[in-house]
Amino acid sequence: MRITGKLWIMMVIGLFSLILCISPALAKVPAETATAGHAWWFWPIILFIVTFIMGILAVLGGVGGGVLYVPIISGFFPFHLDFVRGTGLLVALSGALAAGPGLLKMNLASLRLAIPVALIASTCAIIGAMIGLALPTNIVQIALGATILGICILMVTAKKSTIPDVPKADRLSSILNICGVYQEASTGEIIDWKIHRTPLGLGLFVIIGIMAGMFGLGAGWANVPVLNLLMGAPLKISVATSKFLLSITDTSAAWIYTNKGCILPLLTVPSIVGIMLGSFVGVRLLRVAKPTLIRWMVIAILAFAGIKALSKGLGF
Amino acid sequence: MEEKTNALLKATPEQVLYAKILEKGMYLGLLVLFITYVLYVLGVIHPYIPLNKLSGYWSMNVHEYLEHTGINAGWAWIGMLNYGDFLNFIGVVILSGVTIICYAAIVPTLLKNKDIIYAILAVLEVIILGAAASGILAAGH
Repeated sequence: MRITGKLWIMMVIGLFSLILCISPALAKVPAETATAGHAWWFWPIILFIVTFIMGILAVLGGVGGGVLYVPIISGFFPFHLDFVRGTGLLVALSGALAAGPGLLKMNLASLRLAIPVALIASTCAIIGAMIGLALPTNIVQIALGATILGICILMVTAKKSTIPDVPKADRLSSILNICGVYQEASTGEIIDWKIHRTPLGLGLFVIIGIMAGMFGLGAGWANVPVLNLLMGAPLKISVATSKFLLSITDTSAAWIYTNKGCILPLLTVPSIVGIMLGSFVGVRLLRVAKPTLIRWMVIAILAFAGIKALSKGLGF
Repeated sequence: MEEKTNALLKATPEQVLYAKILEKGMYLGLLVLFITYVLYVLGVIHPYIPLNKLSGYWSMNVHEYLEHTGINAGWAWIGMLNYGDFLNFIGVVILSGVTIICYAAIVPTLLKNKDIIYAILAVLEVIILGAAASGILAAGH
């Protein structure tokens, strides 16, 4: 059973690499030539396969689907970045919507923590989306490449704290009454949590929101470190609240992209379905996978996609 | 003491309400998206842009795409729901819009609990998301 699981994972990664390597966009063929010669159904099917694998890797690598989707699809497929960003937001949004209700009901995602953070992040995501749509594509592509490489560094270096030490709640979080209680399932321990450094944390969500809207990325990669390491929310609360938070942040930016016309259903629907089905399979494979190894592979894929985005933006 | 802890472990009423609406909206949105997509790709409802012509547009930026196809941005898609491709926007709008409904729904509960600050924050969020949804906030190439 264990060998079968590992084989599955190796096959999935192999297939993923193969598809990217044979991608016409990677072969520097002009987009028009790349799309010519294929029946219309070729692209949704290949997109479904790639996003399905992406969904598996996202779960195993501990990242959101959106952060993989935008750099990989914009780097290796012939679709314009405008449509990829619009779809990327809907992909991240769908994942957050699917996970959100359960996390809220279990009281792992904290609405009290999310509401003030979401107000800032969603407002700034709108600004980010407007900036991203106003800037020339190559500038956005360069900035996207640099951001993705930055995310890789963050993934390699960032630490996590299961239950951070918060000696005293700060004034703002006390006024807003941001605190809670949860039971750690593994130990049965009741954890009483509160947060600190709230003004600085909220300030950082200005930047996170802008980046999420500008690049069409889910922002879990940034939400979790800020909520956990800076503001002192327990790791489980941070991860769950971050996932739920995406449903609000990405909604605001998704509206801007939708109203601008950046949604092509032929690409959007297979991407959403692919990522969601892949995530379900990923959760099952999680029992047999080696998360550390997969995480390194995801970082390598992201770094490759980041370099590709940079080179595309710079015209190499 | 134990009772108090058990009560604190549970999600607040507004959080449960939010979760329930979000769940229903998510399922409805995905279902509609799936059905309309099947109708679209099987050609049951003809698309505005023929499927075999779409590849000629998706490498353009959105401004060029709208110009070449004669599609108007914003909520103009409502007038084009007789086309299979635009029918898919119903599901997209449900998925994008459910959060606004969730926020609006929890305001009365927050007010009932005299949680004025959070009620104001929720109303502000409805306004922000509503402004984004309305299409009045435009940007482009």
